[in-house]
Amino acid sequence: MSDVLSAPLVVEFPFTRSLGPVQSAFLTGLRERTVLGVRTEDGTVLVPPVEYDPVTANEIRDLVEVAPTGTVTTWAWNPSPGRDQPLDTPFAWVLVRLDGAGTALLHALDAPGPDAVRTGMRVRIRWAATRTGAIADIACFEPHDGEPGATEPAEHTGEFADPVTGIVTPARLDYVHTPGRAQSAYLAALEGHRTVGERCPACRKVYVPPRGACPTCGVATAEQVEVGPRGTVTTFCIVNIKAKNLDIEVPYVYAHIALDGADLALHGRIAGIPYDQVRMGLRVEPVWVEGARHPDHYRPTGEPDADYDTYKELV
Amino acid sequence: MSKEPVAVVGIGQTKHVAARHDVSIAGLVREAAVRALEDAGLAWSDIDAVVIGKAPDFFEGVMMPELYLADALGAVGKPMLRVHTAGSVGGSTALVAANLVAARVHRTVLTLAFEKQSESNAMWGLSLPVPFQQPLLAGAGGFFAPHVRAYMRRTGAPDAVGSLVAYKDRRNALKNPYAHLHDHDITLEKVRAAPMLWDPIRYSETCPSSDGACAMILTDREGAARSPHPPAWVHGGAMRSEPTLFAGKDFVSPQAGKDCAADVYRQARITDPRREIDAVEMYVPFSWYEPMWLENLGFADEGEGWKLTEAGVTELDGDLPVNPSGGVLSTNPIGASGMIRFAEAALQVRGRAGEHQIDGATRALGHAYGGGAQFFAMWLVGAEPPPG
Repeated sequence: MSDVLSAPLVVEFPFTRSLGPVQSAFLTGLRERTVLGVRTEDGTVLVPPVEYDPVTANEIRDLVEVAPTGTVTTWAWNPSPGRDQPLDTPFAWVLVRLDGAGTALLHALDAPGPDAVRTGMRVRIRWAATRTGAIADIACFEPHDGEPGATEPAEHTGEFADPVTGIVTPARLDYVHTPGRAQSAYLAALEGHRTVGERCPACRKVYVPPRGACPTCGVATAEQVEVGPRGTVTTFCIVNIKAKNLDIEVPYVYAHIALDGADLALHGRIAGIPYDQVRMGLRVEPVWVEGARHPDHYRPTGEPDADYDTYKELV
Repeated sequence: MSKEPVAVVGIGQTKHVAARHDVSIAGLVREAAVRALEDAGLAWSDIDAVVIGKAPDFFEGVMMPELYLADALGAVGKPMLRVHTAGSVGGSTALVAANLVAARVHRTVLTLAFEKQSESNAMWGLSLPVPFQQPLLAGAGGFFAPHVRAYMRRTGAPDAVGSLVAYKDRRNALKNPYAHLHDHDITLEKVRAAPMLWDPIRYSETCPSSDGACAMILTDREGAARSPHPPAWVHGGAMRSEPTLFAGKDFVSPQAGKDCAADVYRQARITDPRREIDAVEMYVPFSWYEPMWLENLGFADEGEGWKLTEAGVTELDGDLPVNPSGGVLSTNPIGASGMIRFAEAALQVRGRAGEHQIDGATRALGHAYGGGAQFFAMWLVGAEPPPG
């Protein structure tokens, strides 16, 4: 259907992470061009290191330094690097067992093409020019013909000057959001400043905005019903803290508004009246501004307040 | 075949604080789990399965805690699963673990919930900029404050009741060494004088933002017999859910909450919760939810909950103490808050609640809710094994 809308939805937050003693040593080590692993109770060296023994569950803190050279244990060619990947030219994802380590580390290998990559090939770390204490301090791996590093890793205290104790790891999800048939029809009607909901064929309740199905009866809704434009404030709060990304002066009133003919309230801002005079039962109407999809706010109509019994089920 | 009786033999919490920059999330959950093992006198090898819960993913950006935390929780080679029910998750996680024991799938289960709010975006992690939709106009408090006003209108509760709850819970927290807020200079006047954030909710009547974890070890009759300390016995447990918004939804007293409580009381053979239950740990993120839940959970008739609060019935020395631990108003690592309610109820009937112990508590209710007041999880625990 051509009248169904879609748009990108990006969800992104910069999450902070406290590292704890082991990850702090590992990432600070990378900053200093030192790769640390941890020795488990059965003697295996894990790189990257973990805080707890995967077999015995005991706390492990026996850090060791391994070599910056190693062997590819398996790989996959990545022909089209994506956002924030280690290299912007095609590369191989590789698992590398560094000399002295018992496990392999996932990273990128800079190679001219898949023909240049094989399991068992020797590689070494290419360090990033600017290092901050992050996995990206290893820019990538590159082919290496030199001597293997020591297979017996050296003990390491894990202590460095000015250790990194926390990192910021942005997490991002890219979606295409499609509101669907019912909401698309609702949005189309809003362009004409009309509010159109849908009635459930079973319970006869009118949903605004419509969702295409009744959440209690579980049946599709199709019958369109125009509601409003006027409505009743069923309950509200006075917001005194500024909301992120919203250019609204505080205090303002955030209200539940039951539009006439709707069977549940929608949410909106009340203006055109001092905030401390807003009350339950206040009759309101939408105020539109040029270019906005939704009403900017609702203002009093001047009608007498609605009786509590007429809206008490709609709070 | 009847169900296996389920016993709580180990409880561990971290000292809840605003920020634990000294540990990773793995280190945080580990502290709670180790304390629960110590309480139960057990080792990692005694645990058969791990059930973990946390807040919604974008609160702290950890999508697969069961993957990341398996070694910290000794789960390698064992079943590990994750439960997902927004703010009620700590409660439903404990119930999933309890059901595994009751069904004799596993004999001894470690269950744990956590959150590092200092490394989260709890305020805005759920307010996503969904295209075509009207932007949300307020944070979490703005979502709940209109429901509080609706409660006040419906019941005629006086404005002062909300402050009484906050004042009580913060004083109770002073007796709980694990509670986040320890305000030794708290007075009722200070609570009342705090600014309104989302009128009618004052700053002082909101929960803090905490880092913390809570763990419990649940086991069968044989496991309970080996417990070095008295166990708590699960007499009833239930979950209910309903949609966030629907025509006829009662945000003041959701039907799912009433149904969940009724199911738990039926299982536990409770007919008069007000008289038969000795202590309640309920999920009160904003002070007014105490009187609201007193009604929803059947401790008071509709419209009467605030009268119990006002009369001091819910104080530590009242005849129905509510949130002796200080509650969510004093400690709120969101993902763990529900489990803390369940664990504190168990501590009461084990007689191991320390300074906030209710003398002679033999039956206690733990309650959690979450989402848009749409997920409910509760259990009733007793000092004696369930009859039958």
